[in-house]
Amino acid sequence: MTDAAMEHTAAHPRFLAHHFTDIEQQFEAGTLGMWLFLITEIMFFGGLFATYAIYRLMYLSAFEAGSHLLDVKLGAINTAVLIGSSLTMALAVRAGQTGSRKALIVFLILTMLLGGVFLGVKAHEYHHKWETGLVPGFHWGPTEEVHLHPEAALPHVELFFCYYFFMTGLHALHMIIGFGIMAVLVWQAARGRFDGGYYSPIEVSGLYWHFVDIVWIFLFPLLYLIGGRY
Amino acid sequence: MSGHVVPVWVYIAIFLALLALTATTVGAAFIDMGPFNTLVAMAIAVVKMLLVVLFFMHLRSSSSLTKVVVAAGFFWLMLLMAFTLTDEFSRYWTETPSGWGAATSAPPSSR
Amino acid sequence: MTAAVAQAPPAERVHYLNAEYGIRSWLLTTDHKRIALLYLASITLMFFVGGFMAVLMRLHLIDPAGGLVHPDTFNKLFSMHGIIMIFFFLIPSIPAVLGNFLVPMMIGARDLAFPRINLLSWYIYIVGAVLTLTAMVSGGVDTGWTFYTPYSTTYANSQVMLTAVGVFISGFSSILTGLNFIVTIHKMRAPGLTWFRMPLFLWAMYATSIIQVLGTPVVAITIFLVGLERIFHVGIFDPAVGGDPLLFQHLFWFYSHPAVYIMILPGMGVISEIITCFSRKKIFGYTFVAFSSMAIAVISFLVWGHHMFVTGQSIYAGLIFSVLSFLVAIPSAIKVFNWTATLYRGSISYQAPMLYALGFIGLFTMGGLTGLFLASLATDVHLNGTYFIVAHFHYIMVGGAVMAYLGGIHFWWPKITGRLYPDTWARIAAAIVFLGFNLTFFPQFMLGYLGMPRRYATYPAEFQVLNVMSSAGASILGIGYLIPLVYLFWSMRYGPIAPANPWRAKGLEWQTDSPPPTVNFETPPVVTEPAYSYGPPGTPQEGAHD
Repeated sequence: MTDAAMEHTAAHPRFLAHHFTDIEQQFEAGTLGMWLFLITEIMFFGGLFATYAIYRLMYLSAFEAGSHLLDVKLGAINTAVLIGSSLTMALAVRAGQTGSRKALIVFLILTMLLGGVFLGVKAHEYHHKWETGLVPGFHWGPTEEVHLHPEAALPHVELFFCYYFFMTGLHALHMIIGFGIMAVLVWQAARGRFDGGYYSPIEVSGLYWHFVDIVWIFLFPLLYLIGGRY
Repeated sequence: MSGHVVPVWVYIAIFLALLALTATTVGAAFIDMGPFNTLVAMAIAVVKMLLVVLFFMHLRSSSSLTKVVVAAGFFWLMLLMAFTLTDEFSRYWTETPSGWGAATSAPPSSR
Repeated sequence: MTAAVAQAPPAERVHYLNAEYGIRSWLLTTDHKRIALLYLASITLMFFVGGFMAVLMRLHLIDPAGGLVHPDTFNKLFSMHGIIMIFFFLIPSIPAVLGNFLVPMMIGARDLAFPRINLLSWYIYIVGAVLTLTAMVSGGVDTGWTFYTPYSTTYANSQVMLTAVGVFISGFSSILTGLNFIVTIHKMRAPGLTWFRMPLFLWAMYATSIIQVLGTPVVAITIFLVGLERIFHVGIFDPAVGGDPLLFQHLFWFYSHPAVYIMILPGMGVISEIITCFSRKKIFGYTFVAFSSMAIAVISFLVWGHHMFVTGQSIYAGLIFSVLSFLVAIPSAIKVFNWTATLYRGSISYQAPMLYALGFIGLFTMGGLTGLFLASLATDVHLNGTYFIVAHFHYIMVGGAVMAYLGGIHFWWPKITGRLYPDTWARIAAAIVFLGFNLTFFPQFMLGYLGMPRRYATYPAEFQVLNVMSSAGASILGIGYLIPLVYLFWSMRYGPIAPANPWRAKGLEWQTDSPPPTVNFETPPVVTEPAYSYGPPGTPQEGAHD
């Protein structure tokens, strides 16, 4: 949010941008800005969720059939992994608040690792879908081993998988961006940019990362747990 | 600077609660509750979201302005969904006018 | 606060225009005033591109059988005209040019909250514009600016994807601008500047920004889904594969109706500033006008179904949307009454900005009133899809928003450039615009009522007279728009040097030099009086008019 090269005087703290009157105003502006950005993301994902909701209501049996083809175990593991990464991110922000540089870097790297695990599991799932012919458009042709409900109309199962890939793909894209942001933060933290008096970029990136977690918190039941498993 | 520093044990407790809720939602999927399965799953997801927003994202200790902003975001999403669903479902309460020779489209299938 | 500020001539002072030279200092600037000028250049270009398409259409429509262009080309013309004018001219115009320039100054700040994001939003705009223009020259798009499915997803053979990507990208420019304004207005007001001492332009920008932030992401995801459907054909919007085309319309109009308020609210803010200054009176009913802006922003999100009365939407939803659409007219009407009451017993002068403002009040009122016929279910059945709609929205968008934009440009021109433009020419141009506009679009109300459909390349011969009138008006309107281009450019070099406050207006932006220094205020201002504290005759605050 601010420029690195600022004059450093007693009355003018490091990293205070010239158009702000004090660091408090700058911090508040930064967090408000990020929250506003997150509500644009709510509307962005939300529009997608809205169309998903309508088609799920219209084609419930097809969506159930598609959902049963997803691996609940992997989905649950991924949910736990992402929640864990939110914990490490919250601890990273806390380390930034208390000025503990080593802890900050450790927790940021842990967050990235857990995020990497998530993406790895996702990649594995995507690969499996490719193998069983469940990728709409590119490779759609469910193979023999894939069992579908008799009443599930195949075109609408393809619609389900379109939503599956698009929703989780969009989510994964946001995670990759978050990954990049973490990497920048680690690099900046290693160079001693943050201290207890200035940690706004970490707080703001934390908000972003938690938001990505929240999207998955909804995606998991909506995609993996349709129609129950009883 | 910003809000106060949250103790580590609070974060750990929230983390464990989130894991427990995840297990609950998976477990609930294996119990036949009919139409309530979806409701329960969504309710649990909302609780998880609230825990993340209030504690991990520090909304509890944020300004009223921030709280209003967040609430507005969700409210607006609800507006979009509510009005759209109103149309999607009430569309079939009236008969499709004949006279243009067009075939009527089927209403959405029931659960 | 006194109005007259002694200042050294611009040639000797350092201000934001001469603080740095060279293309890098412009393309890498974070100064909100320079970014405003970057936007000014870009949107002016887009305005004339879109205007050129309008000229071609009106020339084509002189002949009932068409004949200037092939019907497919005509489809592309009206589509691209709409896309360019809406997404690349109207939506950015006042916020990105006047808003960027004035918001920090009106609140007494040195810049917006996020200057680099401000520059980023301009670059995003440019990328979107380049992509869309590329689509235009490599075949164009013929879906209408509304991209209705399943035509746009399944059957159109034109540059839908490229245009969609361009529009998608430009949406982020709008979002970032809105986000910047909201944070700035909340967090960076000068000491003493409470919410209810702010100029109404700021209230209008704030309300606009709320719409930009909440609505634009929805059209972004909608365009995304159209692209997906075009690639995968899985039935997101295509009924042949089980999709619901109306779902597209719901998502599209959820943004696009509030978008029209993005286009008009800033204009209303400009009008409040101009009317007060050129009546030498404070605004009548400040609180009502401020809250009306907020009410418009909120209610605008509840009315989108009035675009879908005849496309298959449920009657019950239609009823709800119809009632709410009547409701949204109320705050706009409140503003018109308040502006009129402000004029009453004011000390009125008729410089060009005021002419544009007065024209706005009349034309916006007409456009708004005709909207009531469209909000009413039964009459909309008759009028939907006709030229009545075209006339309705052009009265608001051109007779309203564009005239407000031009009025604002003229009003703040001395502040932005440090030069005065020739007011006689400006008044002549304003009159030509007003005349040309009415001649262009009033016949279209009649055409629509008589049943001429919109978006048609040919029409029955009985409509020809009105069409020829409309085309004649368009040529006059075009001349009216070209004249300011000439004298405004001329004034930048040869115009008289402007004093800090040539209009003797109230407002923090007038308390600093013209053009302002890069930091806006040498000493940060403190606000001690309400907005528009124009005084009665005989007091030190009164200003004699020409």
